[in-house]
Amino acid sequence: MRRAPLIVACVALLLVPAFSPSDFYVNVGTQILIAAIFALSLNLLVGYGGLISLGHAAYLGVSAYLTIWLVTRAGLSHLPAAIAAVALTTAMSAVFGLLSLRATGLGFLMITLALGQILWGLAYRWVSVTGGDNGLSGLRRPHPFGIDFSSPRAFYFLAAAVFACAFVLIAVLVRSTFGAGLQGVRDQPRRMQALGWHVWLVRLLAFVAAGFWGSVAGVLYAYYNQFVSPHVLALTSSAEVLLMVIAGGAGTLLGPVVGAVVVVMLKNVVSAYVTRWVMLLGLVFVAIMVFMPEGLVPGLDRLRRRRLAAGER
Amino acid sequence: MRFWLIQSLNGLALGGLLFLLSSGFSLIFGLMRVANLSHGAYFMLGAYVGLSVLNAGYGFWAAVAAGALSIAVLGAIIERLLLRRLSGRTFSQVLVTLGIAFIIADSSLLIWSGDPMPLPVPRALMGAVPVFGVFFPKYRLAVVGISIVTAVALWALLERTRLGAMIRAGVDDMDMARALGIPVPRLFTAVFCLGSALAGMGGVLGGPILSVYPGLDMDMLPLALIVLILGGPRSVVGAFAASFFVGFVYTFGQALFPQLAYVILFLPMVAALVIRPSGLFGAQTA
Repeated sequence: MRRAPLIVACVALLLVPAFSPSDFYVNVGTQILIAAIFALSLNLLVGYGGLISLGHAAYLGVSAYLTIWLVTRAGLSHLPAAIAAVALTTAMSAVFGLLSLRATGLGFLMITLALGQILWGLAYRWVSVTGGDNGLSGLRRPHPFGIDFSSPRAFYFLAAAVFACAFVLIAVLVRSTFGAGLQGVRDQPRRMQALGWHVWLVRLLAFVAAGFWGSVAGVLYAYYNQFVSPHVLALTSSAEVLLMVIAGGAGTLLGPVVGAVVVVMLKNVVSAYVTRWVMLLGLVFVAIMVFMPEGLVPGLDRLRRRRLAAGER
Repeated sequence: MRFWLIQSLNGLALGGLLFLLSSGFSLIFGLMRVANLSHGAYFMLGAYVGLSVLNAGYGFWAAVAAGALSIAVLGAIIERLLLRRLSGRTFSQVLVTLGIAFIIADSSLLIWSGDPMPLPVPRALMGAVPVFGVFFPKYRLAVVGISIVTAVALWALLERTRLGAMIRAGVDDMDMARALGIPVPRLFTAVFCLGSALAGMGGVLGGPILSVYPGLDMDMLPLALIVLILGGPRSVVGAFAASFFVGFVYTFGQALFPQLAYVILFLPMVAALVIRPSGLFGAQTA
């Protein structure tokens, strides 16, 4: 019975392109999948590690920049470029993790924010490498084995496959001993230390894992947009992905996915009518924090449980 | 020699502005445990308010007063209506201030449009004076002077008055302060107001030097964060020294390596994080 929703979700995921009247919805679907991978990665830190990062756009952004730079400027072919982008970005996340984890709580939040802003400044000002405000473009999607990924539908299935891998592997990680340890460190760091866990190392590994999946999302982002600009590294990007995690429900597997659906849909729908997305983002942030700080998935779960309890009575 | 002297003086001027921005940020963080992420937006909004007051035909010092007052009122409203409702939930408070920063940034873009606009230098401070053989804009020296006066006033407020004693007590041990009958909620509002006013004032004073443009808020916020990380949350002196240090590093970075100025800014922060054995802010955030 528990697997039924999962199967429904998988089938729905495969059927989106078939029932979509135009490429527009297929592209929205792809955006949601990429955002969901990104949000799942941040959830490792925020939800399971209890470490609120406001610089997570760094990993998606740097990986996207690296992918495009390596292919268009350094002349690498697609697969080595993607692997190098993920490897280098993951290495960077290890360094950032070493720095950020000098603190926890608010200190951690401020260091990640400062590091993220510095990367943004670098992308913006280091014009000779990053193209400055114009960004980098010119990346073409590959055609391996006769599959043409330049078609929106083919790319959707690629994103869906990567998303499925990410979801399953992150679910496995969270339910492993390591995942239990991470949640233990979140709730009772001292007790975990007394039990022989290396609290700092567990947090660092979670940070690197988050950086890794963030950079995977970055490669997809680069190939989806075929363009990258400093905007992707801006604080608004870090805030958007944090909103996905928190609005959906931090520390749940499905929460970030629901959050990604809601935020991407909202962004697409709203930008079709008004241009004030940043203001709306701010308003949603304030509203969620004041009215539903635990997020949609746990919030709805609570409502459902309450209704079940009322039904039994 | 000339180059170093001029850049040093520019560094001083930026340091003075940074102190106005980050002394309030540090004070709010120290007392309330709120990292007020809208502080950069307050700075920018203050500058825009000042610009409108100037455009309406009032003088420069009226604009400074208007910037400080309006942001103080805004800060009081946000503290009373939003942050207080969330007291005890640190992260909700921080994310609310982030949301407010976005709302202010987008509203400013809507009201004042996207073009960078410099604020005019007040007439009395136009021109330059000779300093060690180079001519240096009077206005920038005045900004340094104002920031030093502000620092002394803040220090005296915190160290020599009853209100300051209460604030220090709140920073050191909030529960004990409460038990001794110090009205902590009112103190929070006062400090938030004061910090906001300093940011708004800094924004107007920074206008003739930095101009005001969309994105000024997010340019200033990381500087305030770095000052807090370097200077620590507890002392005016720390914030003062760190502000001028960051001002120098940023000015020289921009002059010598314009493309990499931001990375150079990040080096002292990394050094501070690596060197301090107990991590940031001692045991407080553990």
